[in-house]
Amino acid sequence: MILEPRGNMRRDGNMGIGEKLWHVSWSLVALIALVASVGFFMLYSAADGSMSPWANKQIVRFAFGVGLMIAVALVDVRFWMRQAYLIYGVALFLLVLVDLFGTIGMGAQRWINLGFVQIQPSEIMKIALVLALARYFHGASHEDVGRPLFLLPALGLVMLPAALVVVQPDLGTAILLILGSGATFFLAGVRLWKFGILIALGVGAIPIGWQFLREYQKNRVLTFLNPERDPLGAGYHITQSKIALGSGGLFGKGYMEGTQSQLNYLPEKHTDFIFTMFSEEFGMVGGLLLLVLYACLIAYGYAIALRSRSQFGRLVAMGITSIFFLYVFINIAMVMGLLPVVGVPLPLISYGGTAMLTLLFGFGLMIGVYVHRDVNMGRRGASDDV
Amino acid sequence: MSRQADRNKVFSRRATLLAGGKLLLFTALAGRMYYLQVIEREKFATLAEENRISLRLLAPPRGRILDRFGVPLAINQENYRMLLVPEQASDIEATLEAASEIIPLSDHEKTKILREAKRRRSFMPVTVRENLTWNDVARVELNAADLPGCMIDVGQSRFYPKADRFSHVLGYVSVVSEQDLTGDPLLELPGFRIGKAGVERVHDLALRGKGGNTQLEVNALGRVIRELARNEGQPGAEVRLTIDATLQDFAYQRLGEQSASCVVMDVHSGQVLVMASAPGYDPNAFAQGLNAEQWKDLIQHPRTPLLNKCIAGQYAPGSTFKMMVALAALEHNVVSPDFNVHCSGHVELGNSVFHCWKKEGHGYVDMLRGIMHSCDVYFYEISKRVGIDRIADMAKRFGLGNTLDIDLAGEKPGLVPNREWKQRNLRSAWSQGETLVAGIGQGYMLTTPLQLAAMTARIANGGIAVRPRLTYEVATGHESAPLPTPTYPSIQINKANLAIVRKGMRMVVNEPGGTALGSRLPNPDWIMCGKTGTAQVRRITMRERDTGVKKNDELPWKERDHALFVAYAPDDDPKYAIAVIVEHGGGGSAVAAPIARDVMMETLRRDPVSDGARDRFAYSAEKDRAG
Repeated sequence: MILEPRGNMRRDGNMGIGEKLWHVSWSLVALIALVASVGFFMLYSAADGSMSPWANKQIVRFAFGVGLMIAVALVDVRFWMRQAYLIYGVALFLLVLVDLFGTIGMGAQRWINLGFVQIQPSEIMKIALVLALARYFHGASHEDVGRPLFLLPALGLVMLPAALVVVQPDLGTAILLILGSGATFFLAGVRLWKFGILIALGVGAIPIGWQFLREYQKNRVLTFLNPERDPLGAGYHITQSKIALGSGGLFGKGYMEGTQSQLNYLPEKHTDFIFTMFSEEFGMVGGLLLLVLYACLIAYGYAIALRSRSQFGRLVAMGITSIFFLYVFINIAMVMGLLPVVGVPLPLISYGGTAMLTLLFGFGLMIGVYVHRDVNMGRRGASDDV
Repeated sequence: MSRQADRNKVFSRRATLLAGGKLLLFTALAGRMYYLQVIEREKFATLAEENRISLRLLAPPRGRILDRFGVPLAINQENYRMLLVPEQASDIEATLEAASEIIPLSDHEKTKILREAKRRRSFMPVTVRENLTWNDVARVELNAADLPGCMIDVGQSRFYPKADRFSHVLGYVSVVSEQDLTGDPLLELPGFRIGKAGVERVHDLALRGKGGNTQLEVNALGRVIRELARNEGQPGAEVRLTIDATLQDFAYQRLGEQSASCVVMDVHSGQVLVMASAPGYDPNAFAQGLNAEQWKDLIQHPRTPLLNKCIAGQYAPGSTFKMMVALAALEHNVVSPDFNVHCSGHVELGNSVFHCWKKEGHGYVDMLRGIMHSCDVYFYEISKRVGIDRIADMAKRFGLGNTLDIDLAGEKPGLVPNREWKQRNLRSAWSQGETLVAGIGQGYMLTTPLQLAAMTARIANGGIAVRPRLTYEVATGHESAPLPTPTYPSIQINKANLAIVRKGMRMVVNEPGGTALGSRLPNPDWIMCGKTGTAQVRRITMRERDTGVKKNDELPWKERDHALFVAYAPDDDPKYAIAVIVEHGGGGSAVAAPIARDVMMETLRRDPVSDGARDRFAYSAEKDRAG
């Protein structure tokens, strides 16, 4: 499934554009496009059989995103390695900025308005954190990773942005950052008992953290624990979502025939709850197929990571894959009532430009790791220092 | 190298573990799907098919707008409309064809209705026509058998009983546009209308009220089974204005066909009793929707019916500005009231000649006679001595050159120039000739009728910085709570100096030789004090002076002078101030002053701010019906 490198493999990584393009994993690009197309069809259905207002915009964004993805893939991974901390620093600075001056949208401060474009620093941070942690652990030996003191700065790299994101308040992204980084720590070889301590600390902190949650966040958690608490208020989303999904049955009601979604019982059917609509119309069979497609994408991530010769490349590929997995899992679990509603979109399918761009940028990095899989990388990202 | 191999081994092992974990979690998702979609399918399917609750928003009735005595100015009217339910009509096109026998429908309308019917679900009604007459309704009902799927529905639409006489004050309502959406779900209701101009816009939030909702039992196809609960929401608040509708009617009629405006206000409280701008437009047409031609007529009309001239018309104040010059001179002790100037009909400054309106001159003139005769040469002389900055400062203290923040959208600030303004905006130095021109209220100077009324009120009330206001109260429910009169600051002016100017204004209207003698009040108990103004809108060339200045009626309408008049009354205890401007009307004394006299006379007769007025004029629906 992945192209074999040609005979004249060049380990210094100074390939021409043509050669790099040859190495791009086009089958992965096609798979991504396939999943995104499922999204276009669902957005067409969500708009009552119309390209506007969602499907047409989403297609344009996706086309732009794919261009960006290929461009990112062609950039030498050593560049990302060298600039990892700088990118992280800029993302952190923007996060501070958004906390101080950000625009309030939907009750949370998440955007910086630059006049011509709005940026969401927490999205940049998802990528930046993957890069920074990969660089941090790239040069680390097994012994280094064993020392608790060595791990503290890396922990700081995670907690600082997570804290900044929580105050926005955007709990969903904070959880994504922490769990996604957890995977990197795990793969870098951090001992399991250390995770145990952190998890124990985290569980212990829940009663304290509870008091800092906003009213709507508390409601979401309480509603999750007991959805019938308020069937017309906060529990409405999840109850309606379960009715729609459950009534879809094994084979679904047919494309554009989902009564619950089409009659607007289902809220946010074009964004966070798009999986519900999909499952209502295509049933469990459709849902499982989609899950398999996602699993294939994740498998690609693993394959790329295992083929990469550098620890940096491996950790980047796995970091991106983990974030992608978390998106999929949290969203689907949420609409099926397994997790509280935290506002995480279904990757590549939900309507929305920012998450789409972040993901495609991430996939760009992943493909870049594949293109440059045989490049030698020293501790600082230079090819000569082994 | 072994170190790296070690690390790689750890990585591979852990990646496998992680993959296992992910697989496990995905399996959990699949299991949940199986649980919801296979095991529990029956339950959810029943829930989905069975009746269930649907929440629908109810639009609250929009609050009424009343005049100070309760006369309704904006109300809600029942609006009969014909709806078509596509699924009940076996053949929509045939039904539409039959319907157009009763209500003529253009082809364009028909295609629009068909498109709308196609776009929506077949049980959702489509509007065929709004604002049906009672006659149409009866004929539709009578022919119901031939019109399968058609039904008559009653909605509410805004109606303005006084139509064009209040169009500028009240504004109008119109459909919500994209940029009006604020997240209030009411705004997304089809057919919802919000205030787009005037009082309708300023008090839109209060008038709008709070949306109610109804819980409906709806079956899987969305058809309503029955209503479970209903929350009516809160109807919009009633807004009562300070305007006296009868007086406003009188003033508007008195302005007639001219392009003119009239403001009457209480000199103490600032309550505006009349704000008439002519010609008006019919706001009811806006509520029903204008066609392109009607709209073109409105915006291309030379007498600008869409403009509220009272607050957005900006005019040179002409001689009505002379009070400001006189007060600036007196307050700064530049001249005494007895100071004499000889008017020979013109004055020379450098190479320029500045003319008095009276070609043969006024002879010797002091301040009182200067105001009374409106002698330009006298004011050229004193403004030269006072200087533009002190004149401008005085004008600003009297409310000119800045918005007065009246509770109405679209107020214009006017312009009172000074040295700094010219340097900043025109990048050139102020010249003395410009001071002379400003001294007779011409040149860069711009004021609105509202500002002139406020200026006159401030002269009349002894130098209190009163501001005009339009809202008497905003009443939610049945309690009446008039807004309190704000305490206005004093503008710190010597009462003796004010008395001189007021005496001059009294002479204008009441002494032989005064420029508005013909407009004194017919009732000798009431004395009106005022000042005429004639604002030139074109330049008179030297050649024209030689051959004789053209009379106004010889000129095309657009080049004729604006006629202005400001006044207050009664002289002994001032209560009301008035400003009248007739665009291109000719002279202030001949055109504007008689209008002001009649409106002021009517105002004093009605005395709408007096304690007894409320009892005498209180509106009752029965009386209205009887009359």
